Amino acid sequence: MGKYVGQSMPRKEGTDKVTGRSLYVDDIVLDGMIHGTTVRSAVPHGRITGIRFDPAIPWDEFVIVTAADVPGENVVTMLIADQPFLAHDVIRHPDEPVVLLAHPDKHLLAAAREHVHIDVDPLPTVFDIESSLQCNTLLFGADNVFKRFDMTKGDVDAAFARDDVVIVEGSYETGAQEQMYIEPMGMIAVAAPGQGVTVWGSLQCPYYVHKALKPLFGLPAEQVRVVQTVTGGGFGGKEEYPSILAGHAALLSWKAGGVPVKIIYDRAEDLACTTKRHPSRTRHRTAVTRDGELVAMDIDFVLDGGAYATLSAVVLSRGTIHACGPYRCPNARVVGRAVATNLPPHGAFRGFGAPQSIFALERHLDHVARAVGLPPEELRRRNLLNRGDTTATSQTIEEAIDLGAMLDDALNIAGWAEKKAAFAVHNADPANTTKKGMGLATFFHGSGFTGSGEVYLASVVGVEAGPGGHVTVLAASTEIGQGTNTIFSQIAADALRIPYELVEVAQPDTARVPDSGPTVASRTCMVVGRLVQDASEALVSTLRDATFLKAGDYTAEQFAGAVDAYLERFGTLRIYSKYKQPPGVVWDDKTYRGAAYAAFGWAAYVAEVEVDTLTYSAKVTDFVAVQDIGTLINPQLAAGQVEGGVAQAIGWAIYEGVDWREGHMANNQMTNYIIPTAADVPPIRVYFHSVPFSYGPSGAKGVGELPMDGPAPAILNAIEDAIGVSIRRAPALPEDIMEAVLAAAGPTTSEVNHG
Amino acid sequence: MAEVAFGKVAITFTVNGVERTVETYPMARLLDVLREELRLTGTKEGCGEGECGACSAFVDGKLVNTCLVPVIQARGATIETIEGLATGDELHAVQQAFIDAGGAQCGICTPGMVLATVALLREHPDPNEAQIREGLAGNLCRCTGYIKIFDSVATAARAIRAREDASGHGGGAA
Amino acid sequence: MRANVPQYDVVAPPTLAEALALMAREPGVWTPLAGGTDLMVLFEAGKLPPGRYLSIWGLPELAGIQVTADAVTLGALTTYGEIRANATVQADLPMLVRAARETGAIAIQNRGTIGGNIANASPAADSPPALVAYDAALTLISAAGTRTTAFRGFHTGYKRMDLRPGELVQSVRVLRRPAADGWVHFYKKVGTRAFQAISKVGFAGCAQVVDGVAREVRIGLASVAPTVLVAAHTEAALEGARVADPGLEARAAQAMVRDVTAIDDIRSTARYRSQVAANLAAAFVRALRERG
Repeated sequence: MGKYVGQSMPRKEGTDKVTGRSLYVDDIVLDGMIHGTTVRSAVPHGRITGIRFDPAIPWDEFVIVTAADVPGENVVTMLIADQPFLAHDVIRHPDEPVVLLAHPDKHLLAAAREHVHIDVDPLPTVFDIESSLQCNTLLFGADNVFKRFDMTKGDVDAAFARDDVVIVEGSYETGAQEQMYIEPMGMIAVAAPGQGVTVWGSLQCPYYVHKALKPLFGLPAEQVRVVQTVTGGGFGGKEEYPSILAGHAALLSWKAGGVPVKIIYDRAEDLACTTKRHPSRTRHRTAVTRDGELVAMDIDFVLDGGAYATLSAVVLSRGTIHACGPYRCPNARVVGRAVATNLPPHGAFRGFGAPQSIFALERHLDHVARAVGLPPEELRRRNLLNRGDTTATSQTIEEAIDLGAMLDDALNIAGWAEKKAAFAVHNADPANTTKKGMGLATFFHGSGFTGSGEVYLASVVGVEAGPGGHVTVLAASTEIGQGTNTIFSQIAADALRIPYELVEVAQPDTARVPDSGPTVASRTCMVVGRLVQDASEALVSTLRDATFLKAGDYTAEQFAGAVDAYLERFGTLRIYSKYKQPPGVVWDDKTYRGAAYAAFGWAAYVAEVEVDTLTYSAKVTDFVAVQDIGTLINPQLAAGQVEGGVAQAIGWAIYEGVDWREGHMANNQMTNYIIPTAADVPPIRVYFHSVPFSYGPSGAKGVGELPMDGPAPAILNAIEDAIGVSIRRAPALPEDIMEAVLAAAGPTTSEVNHG
Repeated sequence: MAEVAFGKVAITFTVNGVERTVETYPMARLLDVLREELRLTGTKEGCGEGECGACSAFVDGKLVNTCLVPVIQARGATIETIEGLATGDELHAVQQAFIDAGGAQCGICTPGMVLATVALLREHPDPNEAQIREGLAGNLCRCTGYIKIFDSVATAARAIRAREDASGHGGGAA
Repeated sequence: MRANVPQYDVVAPPTLAEALALMAREPGVWTPLAGGTDLMVLFEAGKLPPGRYLSIWGLPELAGIQVTADAVTLGALTTYGEIRANATVQADLPMLVRAARETGAIAIQNRGTIGGNIANASPAADSPPALVAYDAALTLISAAGTRTTAFRGFHTGYKRMDLRPGELVQSVRVLRRPAADGWVHFYKKVGTRAFQAISKVGFAGCAQVVDGVAREVRIGLASVAPTVLVAAHTEAALEGARVADPGLEARAAQAMVRDVTAIDDIRSTARYRSQVAANLAAAFVRALRERG
């Protein structure tokens, strides 16, 4: 490790954030800027027969855009070309954009929006996975399936036929979850024929937006520019949707002849129309020997993709690959499907499909353990992957990880054995109206894009040295709160062997930074961070090769002198590095076998809960998170990622439910979609086991998504431990816990809980 | 539009020590007046309904959600926003603590969270965990899980007390 | 922001007399606006009717807490923050402190007022159940003078109440109920989370337990009926009962099921509200028994 890597260096942009000086998109005002808004469908499915503009509004003052005004292709470029920027024929979900309006007075604009009427002939609707699979109404293709994966290992049917196994079945569900970044979506655009398109906004992936805007306007790459403004949280929510919003703002500006247009969603609109975590349904059938050896897993995993394909296929891919968890199981069959409904499209959200399939597995394993009479930790311990074992995709684990040791650590730190004993006594006393329980989950999460994804991405990072030895990192990776600016600066400073203060990270701007891929998939540190290190090292080599820097150690002044000399001779000093696949990473997309990820993060989490039997509400009272994410670049930031992820997962487990009414989110307010406050989170105790990963920067792997995977099943396992009733769907809201408790008690039981 | 429109009014108040007068509609939200008329954009909007606390500011010494204050109710008031917290280049102890202890991630809740912490420490200079949790429950953060924010509050409280001990008096916390 | 701001007028008279005179002169035109914690939420959502609003925030005549030997009088503009901080209220009327403390969070408590909580007439409001349980008296004021009415029964239906045109809530008076005199206070807000939550069930029960017998039993609930609920059947089931009676919990719970008329909405279900209200009625009995 170097001087800065491994240290909790202060956040690069910290001072700007604590003083309120950081400029988020809504803080930016351009000369002559007007405001834009979106008229959306009120119905979930139907054919547009007309658009009426109420004459009460002076429409000649407004810029009005419909699908007919799109200069290029009215398709959001993602995996397949099915989603329009503006619906023109068929409405496929509630709150789908149809008409755009702009006006200098944003209050008048809000009022005018209510005076545009979209006439629709209704079509039949589908709002859930089971209805979609029944295919009574077809929304997509011949079977409503956007994508299907079949993943197999060994001989599953033969394993189930063995006479020495117990077969355990279960079905598990998870609900949609809203990212609830605190800064709603927003975008500013300046666009005009002949001048091209520029957008500034709150987003995670500048080059995704860039890719989407080119065909929308029929422009070449150099006429489209995307700039990320300071972004108030993303969590995946600002991965894909900003492409649509950027298109909308730019279409209005284009129609207005280059007048800057700003669109800022209010919270209600953001909640109603932007992407959420895919709801899921997973069926498990497991063959296990009486001494707890997992022999076969047969898993049917289905995601609700919503109305358009968007990124569902890749979310499904990650969920499918993670469905068997970090367990040695010689026979496995996973069928993964993403299906169409008339809900707004679901999309990227921290974990990207893995939290859903891991929820099902980790809930199910508690039931498997009970079926063979083992404690839940013991069943897992007997089946955990070790170095040399193979995953469900037949990937051999090459790293020296020890998940068993992490599990033991988590149990010890949480006081598992003592607390389990004490809680049994507590819960047996009828005078106690609260019941306590403990639950755990062991899991892994692949860092970076799946399979060959990183090879296709071929990410590039630049490092540029300027006068005085000031170095700028040029990357499209965005700072969205997770610490990109800080860790890139640490990595670069160490690789360049110069002070941290001399390094800065450029604002992501497609006119200046190369395409380092999207800021997703826990790849920023491990994949892009490594490129920062490589480019920085190459820059030093360049200075040495040019003989401006001598071999051996050097001071900051010597480095600055070398840079200045180089610049005087050659003008600029900018070095790029490009992604290279680590050796031995081989993946077969056809069979879904091979090395799914270059590296995994590993974790063992323990949750302690208390359930109030008067109100049926669960509260997490303690949480222990032990994980291996390789070398820690910045321990404080890494812990912050884990704590934030755990809190977000606690929300998914017991607080956050989307109330769909005819496909529209009815509780689309912060007051009715409940995320945890400071008073709702437990102590979150974070511990790291650090096994360096050879191909990460200084041995680092990804961290962002891992902590989203384990908490929900650990918490629901703990709830079952506390009340003896199994809840198989997340979130477990108090109403759900009540229904389960009453159902378990049977119809003859008194309505009243006497505590 | 058929509906009646009412006129603007002149409203004077003191913001961060400076007297300001705005001509605006009486029902305009204090939040919008701060951000759009006075260009004090450190006060953020996260929900518009008093739920997230990103728009927090002090009005006459009380922490409020500026999205819920019609500007006419701020006539004559003394308002303090995040922009007025630091003294020149010297950060307030709470701001410094949020940097040092990692209490800020994406930063959008940070101005409100910092001001809520200032309010908390005025009320409880040495807060216990329950007081911190309750004092910050009106400020939603989605990044941190609040743990590093709790650390930041404790760090700030220590720094303020140490400064007061050094200066030999106990009053005027934060 | 979905409201069209120029369509809203707000005036802020400096005195109560001027405010009342304006309301008398133009009856039905002016809607009072206090701390804004309810109306401004509607405003943001574009659901506040355009028109004329009368800001009463800061009127000194409606502010302050008066304490006498046997009662506490809260001016209508007393904020939750002020209620929380008052030592007498803390000691003798702890359910008002609980209600204040659990309404929103600090910033809301600095603006939300007891009078606004009453006049907004939300069935989910946090302080009305406590005011029912404490059998509060309201003083209403208009240009024509004042009148006093019982809080129990003041709200007559969803968002409806016995408030006449031109009238404002002036104050609310509550008799002190010291624990030393056998008063038992049982308050439970069942919200969607610990703070910053709207109640799914709010329960406030108060009774005096003397020689093992419950007297003056008063129970108010939020969010289980179209308006704050006076749990008359449950009160009757407990009034005069021996708290040691082992069948009392079940009778209280059964009576509560008759009292509530809960509905399904985006925050909870009718079944949940009814079941939890019944559970809390039984828990209230246990609290009385601990005292007896």
